[in-house]
Amino acid sequence: MRGAAIIAELKKARVEFVVAVPDIVTSDGLLWPLSQDADIRLVRICKEDEGIAICTGLAFSGRRAVLLIQQTGLLDSINALRAVGVEYEQPVVMLVGLQGKEPDIAPRQSARYGVRIVEPILEAMGVAHFWIEHAPDEREIAPAIGRAYETSSPVCLLIGQPPSAESGAA
Amino acid sequence: MMKRDECLRLLAAKVRDEAIVATYQAAFDWMAMAPRDLNYVSIGAMGLASSHGLGLALGRPEKRVVVLDGDGSLLMNLGSLASVAAAAPRNFAHLVCVNGVYEANGSHPLPGQANLDFAAIAKGAGIANARTIASLDAFAADLPAILTDEGPIFRALLVEAGAPSPQDYAFIHSAQARQRFKVAFAR
Repeated sequence: MRGAAIIAELKKARVEFVVAVPDIVTSDGLLWPLSQDADIRLVRICKEDEGIAICTGLAFSGRRAVLLIQQTGLLDSINALRAVGVEYEQPVVMLVGLQGKEPDIAPRQSARYGVRIVEPILEAMGVAHFWIEHAPDEREIAPAIGRAYETSSPVCLLIGQPPSAESGAA
Repeated sequence: MMKRDECLRLLAAKVRDEAIVATYQAAFDWMAMAPRDLNYVSIGAMGLASSHGLGLALGRPEKRVVVLDGDGSLLMNLGSLASVAAAAPRNFAHLVCVNGVYEANGSHPLPGQANLDFAAIAKGAGIANARTIASLDAFAADLPAILTDEGPIFRALLVEAGAPSPQDYAFIHSAQARQRFKVAFAR
């Protein structure tokens, strides 16, 4: 899957801000290209729970944002997601790189504990989530973002493998 | 040392259409003296007030956003100072009520509270317009600049608890609080 195709989905969903803590899965294919993108403002932050609040403040301003992080940061931000995303019913949209996930193995079948627990945690929290790994999975991104803002609810898009930095065909 | 409620009352006398993002004890004092729709009090998780405020400030650069934080809260999100400095919102002021304790959780002392210099930390993070305010006179004199000068602005307000305010957690967490703010902030 090309990172450019994911960025195109963000633009299709009218995302204006990407709030990010670097993630090794999406670094080359998404974060570096986004740092050069003229249409999306990149806000670099220090810790992932900051981003949950920043995205919420942006939503109150009528602006669409995505939080780009690694699953380690998602796990570190569970309380902020619980309070702000779920209990306050805010459209926190997360693009989450699954560091350590094996290719073509479903996250909950991973041999890695830190990968295997992600979907069950999101299910326990009632947070909608999608597994994005190969083209054309990315086509789920813009509709998922749209639903998050229309229903004012959080969504987590789990990136299973590093998107390529190529700009050519998928 | 200022009483927190007396300090915030000076701010209440000056605010107009600013968004005020307030957390914990500062929020309770503020809501008691300045109930208004442009109060953003649904912070959710301790420490996130400055980050909510940053999002609001980036989303509406023409609107002034003032964050009323606590020192214990800020310690839980010190990185936000670097994030604010990097994003450099011109419409953002961060006022931290420094009393040296986790007041909402039994008034236990902050670790190293005797040594903490929050204005120095903010400056070190890259917020050049950062300083400590220790008296009501100094705060009153500084308020016009806090509300109009180019941000980001940081002030450490040396306070102690004043008259107790009702701790209305139900309102802070209510959908009504968020809806009122949303409507007012959209104007």
